[in-house]
Amino acid sequence: MMFAPAPFLLKDASVSQVMTQVCLALIPGIAAYAWLVGPAILVQLVIASLTAVAAEAAMLKLRGKPLAMFLSDGSAIVTAWLIALTFPPLAPWWLVVTGTLFAIVIAKHLYGGLGQNPFNPAMVAFAACIVSFPALMSQWPSVGLQMPLLDQLNVILGLAPRVDALSGATPLDAMKTALKLGEGQIDIAHLLANQDIYGNFAGRGWEWVATGYLLGGLWLWRRKLVTWHAPVAFLAAMVLVSGALWLYQPASFASPVFHLLSGGTMLGAFFIITDPVSGCTTPRGKLIFGFSAGLLAYIIRVFGGYPDGVAFAVLLMNLSAPLIDQLTQPRIFGMKGRQS
Amino acid sequence: MLNKLFKFYGGVKPPSNKTLSNALPIVQAPLPSRLVVPLHQSIGGMPRPVVQAGERVLKGQLIGQADGWLSAAVHAPTSGTVLEVAMHVRPHVSGLDSLCVVIEPDGQDEWIAHGPPDIATMSPADICNYLQQHGVVGLGGAGFPTHGKLTATPAVPMAELIINAAECEPYITCDDLLMRERADDIVRGIAVFRDMLKPQSVIIGVEDNKPEAIAAMRAAVDAQNEAFSVVAVPTLYPAGGAKQLIRVLTGKEVPGSMRSTADMGVQVFNVGTAYAAWRAIGHGEPLISRIVTLTGNVRQAHNVEALIGTPMNELLQLAQPHPDTDGIIMGGPMMGFLVPNESAPIVKTSNCLIAHSERLFPPKAPEMPCIRCGACARACPHELQPFELYWHARAKDFGKTQQYNIFDCIECGCCSFVCPSRIPLVQYFRFAKSEIWAREREKKAADEAKTRFEFKQFREEREKAEKAEKLAKAAAAQAAKKAAEAAAAAAAAGDAPDAPPADKAPDVAVDPAQAAKKAAIEAAMARAKAQREAAQVKNTDDLTPEQAKAMADIEARRQQAGIAEPATTTETKPE
Repeated sequence: MMFAPAPFLLKDASVSQVMTQVCLALIPGIAAYAWLVGPAILVQLVIASLTAVAAEAAMLKLRGKPLAMFLSDGSAIVTAWLIALTFPPLAPWWLVVTGTLFAIVIAKHLYGGLGQNPFNPAMVAFAACIVSFPALMSQWPSVGLQMPLLDQLNVILGLAPRVDALSGATPLDAMKTALKLGEGQIDIAHLLANQDIYGNFAGRGWEWVATGYLLGGLWLWRRKLVTWHAPVAFLAAMVLVSGALWLYQPASFASPVFHLLSGGTMLGAFFIITDPVSGCTTPRGKLIFGFSAGLLAYIIRVFGGYPDGVAFAVLLMNLSAPLIDQLTQPRIFGMKGRQS
Repeated sequence: MLNKLFKFYGGVKPPSNKTLSNALPIVQAPLPSRLVVPLHQSIGGMPRPVVQAGERVLKGQLIGQADGWLSAAVHAPTSGTVLEVAMHVRPHVSGLDSLCVVIEPDGQDEWIAHGPPDIATMSPADICNYLQQHGVVGLGGAGFPTHGKLTATPAVPMAELIINAAECEPYITCDDLLMRERADDIVRGIAVFRDMLKPQSVIIGVEDNKPEAIAAMRAAVDAQNEAFSVVAVPTLYPAGGAKQLIRVLTGKEVPGSMRSTADMGVQVFNVGTAYAAWRAIGHGEPLISRIVTLTGNVRQAHNVEALIGTPMNELLQLAQPHPDTDGIIMGGPMMGFLVPNESAPIVKTSNCLIAHSERLFPPKAPEMPCIRCGACARACPHELQPFELYWHARAKDFGKTQQYNIFDCIECGCCSFVCPSRIPLVQYFRFAKSEIWAREREKKAADEAKTRFEFKQFREEREKAEKAEKLAKAAAAQAAKKAAEAAAAAAAAGDAPDAPPADKAPDVAVDPAQAAKKAAIEAAMARAKAQREAAQVKNTDDLTPEQAKAMADIEARRQQAGIAEPATTTETKPE
């Protein structure tokens, strides 16, 4: 006599479905990205994916886990894509490979693999690489750089010299540097109006990549793969603190719209702080997690030494997530308004 | 409708598959070849068998006498001969046996004399007793004796009487068909409950996927001029959970720890229970049959009225199961279980038999690690955090599972249903619960043993003290008596210059405490000696004649050699 426990009916759901949908949700952002910088980003996505799958397979084998079941869950691909999207698109191939290996081997499998990692693997990779290779991690292609695929490939593979055109900064970084150099003489309105690097709202072109992420994120929310709590709290914190400083001194602080559409804000809000493994899980916990991450990200990107603050903000909050969860357990059915 | 509906958190929408079995009317199942009627069919005491093998029984005749207040009688479902009263497999996930009365039907289906009681002359206690004697128990699933829920709590006035006709589990349609076909008797049964509990309102909750049943119930309520409201509740599993239905209909949340909903002024009965109660009160028929849905991997799914005790595999044949059927699920696909033995009988709580096949219920994909996506927490109607419970249950950290309210889990299966990692969460929770129960039982047993031991020690101390006190008193009395005698003797002998007894006597009289002590010591020594002797005697008990002779020879030789112990030790007597 066979034994199978109830329920006998199961919803059609699996980890690979979840991960596939996350990848699908990244596509609008990736499309805008590819339109902006050319096929280089696609090359990076491929490099990162291949590395991630190979590292995942090797680690699963070492740990004696079933290969097919875990390779098909798609979690390594999500990590790989997030790494490719947060690293400079023309970064040398080995930088992306190093980051991906670090994420899969150290941040994921050494902590126990799928579902066990206390830190977001992609953000660990970003943090490790920006600390180890600050110059390479800060080289972003200049605006309007049009290079054919072959040239981009040569740059990525290290077959061509890393020309000046590659050594731009991100719009966020550029603004910080300009404001510092300007010693209060330069105001933001002037910068935005006169520098090529800025578009209508934020970095030229980058604003549309961010919008792509926003669209994908909203789709994830519609599909109920993420709840509104963490993204809304994250964006709200960003708007509140940037808005307050912008109203106080518009010349030295960029507007909330600029911050929402710059750097990793949108990617972070919908794809990184919503990572359930390393983030908070209770509704109130997610609000606290998102809000604090938004606040920290702003502080680090505006007052800190790194071009963006999302990665460090997320890692810091990953540390606090278990405690926040413990302190924000929701009241259960029948216990609302009662002493527990 | 003036009823405002509320929402409960979570819930899932599995495919209902009810149309499979709700198109055909209820069919009377034919008499089976053999009926196996378990005596224990309700929560509470195990009814005592009152028939013996070989005895002829009539339909409706008592075969199991209720044992205690929380227990319900069991009756013969048809006329026939009792083959045996013996252990048979019961329809339980454990597959364990329980005491059953096996009846071979004689085909005449001859009723015992029965008829409706004169309810007007009966007190509420009489009615409770009557329902208990007629074996009426909750037919919704738990099988709680109905009379146990009809005693109003004096402290809390009854606000709502709720009739649970939600039938939220997929596949099951027995309540649906019962309402469509027998709404009048149901409404009369509800009226009996209403008269006993005197609630402010009576609400019949039906999921809105049963429009025919709702219409039939409304018509019956109107025809009988009752003020019951028949409320369509949104179809969302598990709306038929008692606490969920109470929430939807009244907005009240009954905490998981509160067993009795009566404490919150709400009482809930299954619709089938109301029908069974009326069959008893209105017709004098004990609960000997029930409506069972036969569905799943079958050619003709439908509902049957089956006698309690009908073997499941025999009953399922009526629906013509497909050849690839590989098991029977009793209950719904969300909370039911595959019966370990398909010849197990239908009992009072068997609402549905689903023919299981891999085509219908594909084997589950292997379990993946939890990714903490929280889908389970969003589905849990009791607002628990199943992934946290899972984490701690898996680590066997049962204290933590209790901290995360594992006993509020109703095992509805919503969490397992939605889990993308295919983790059988409910299984983990059942495991944790049974481990906690086992540990609590062990702890209780250990505590009881400790209490027993401590009491024994206390009792021995007390007895010792009492004995010593008694001896001391006796010694003091003795001494006083001796002193008095000595004094009398002295007085009689005149002034004797040298009278040692007179010296001794005041000594004792002056210091009774010392005398008591001395007496206690002497008593203890006497006891020790008695014990020693008893022990010695034991060694030489039950000797064979040869041994006794050998011993006597040895004694003789020792005495000759002059090393024999003195035959008697000097005894320390008070005088």
